[in-house]
Amino acid sequence: MNTSILLMIIGMGAVTYIPRALPFVLFKNRELPPFLQGVLRNIPFATLGALIFPAVLLIQDNILYGLIGAAAAFLLSYLGLNVIVSVLGSIVVLTLYSAIF
Amino acid sequence: MQEIAVKKEMSSFRRGMQEGTSIAIGYFPIALTFGLIAKSTGLALSETVLMSLIVFAGASQYMALNLLSLGTGIYEIILTTFIVNIRHFLMSASLREKTEDDHVLKQAAFAFGITDETFSVASINSSPVTSGYMFGVNGVAYASWVICSGLGFIFGAALPHVLQESMSIALYAMFIGLLVPSLKGNKKVILLAVTSACLNSAFTLSHFLGTGWSIVTSTLISAVLVEAVDGARKRGKEA
Repeated sequence: MNTSILLMIIGMGAVTYIPRALPFVLFKNRELPPFLQGVLRNIPFATLGALIFPAVLLIQDNILYGLIGAAAAFLLSYLGLNVIVSVLGSIVVLTLYSAIF
Repeated sequence: MQEIAVKKEMSSFRRGMQEGTSIAIGYFPIALTFGLIAKSTGLALSETVLMSLIVFAGASQYMALNLLSLGTGIYEIILTTFIVNIRHFLMSASLREKTEDDHVLKQAAFAFGITDETFSVASINSSPVTSGYMFGVNGVAYASWVICSGLGFIFGAALPHVLQESMSIALYAMFIGLLVPSLKGNKKVILLAVTSACLNSAFTLSHFLGTGWSIVTSTLISAVLVEAVDGARKRGKEA
């Protein structure tokens, strides 16, 4: 194994782990102000919005491809189906789409 | 009593593993492709698997390969990794509000496995979140990530192209599947997701910010803004 690659991997691991663990250590036994708690409760929904757009439209050169996959996932989960069903369902839809077009 | 506590831990661990399965599926194509690209970048199988074992963060691992192939120095790669992954701070801070209190070492241990995906599943799907549950979700996701990175290195080139392509929707489908049930009839959630989606699209498509910073900035602006508006509205009702 190459030493500089090994160093790089260890460095990448350290700078990735620190932000993940810090809040648990930093805020241990500490009650945050209500406004901040509210903001932190909002984070998951805001994060999901930013994780989905615009990235989902850019998975292929053809914007339609991501749009169709996203629409399939939206529809399946809107009907109340389980997350795994939405995942597999949208894969099937896109496989059919590429097979046809 | 002790036995009951152990049983409860066990069942929440199992529940975590079940809910983490969609992540494991979503990681297949990304990890396989990572392994494949790592090979073509010139990494050894051991280095590829080690990177997935130690870093466990998809976007930054792809980025490292890209920078390596451009001949970038390792310090620059480490710094970029930090910038790309700083958003996890926000996620851990948010998740901490939701997790049952536990020994700090246990929490620091499962914190290693907090990714965009495990965070989303844990913070949307169930409450309360115990350490056992987090080990379940993160463990399944981690195993899938590491194993598939190795498999991608060895067999990646043999995967049918059409399937490789259509599987790239998997994680986004999962994010959508997590978000949609919370959207139903909840204006605040709709507002949060739409605001951050618009901001993130504007920031990245205009090349104003890189992906890592853009996600952090859009998430924060959206979460703070909506909270301020919501607070003002509630106070207005009370007055």
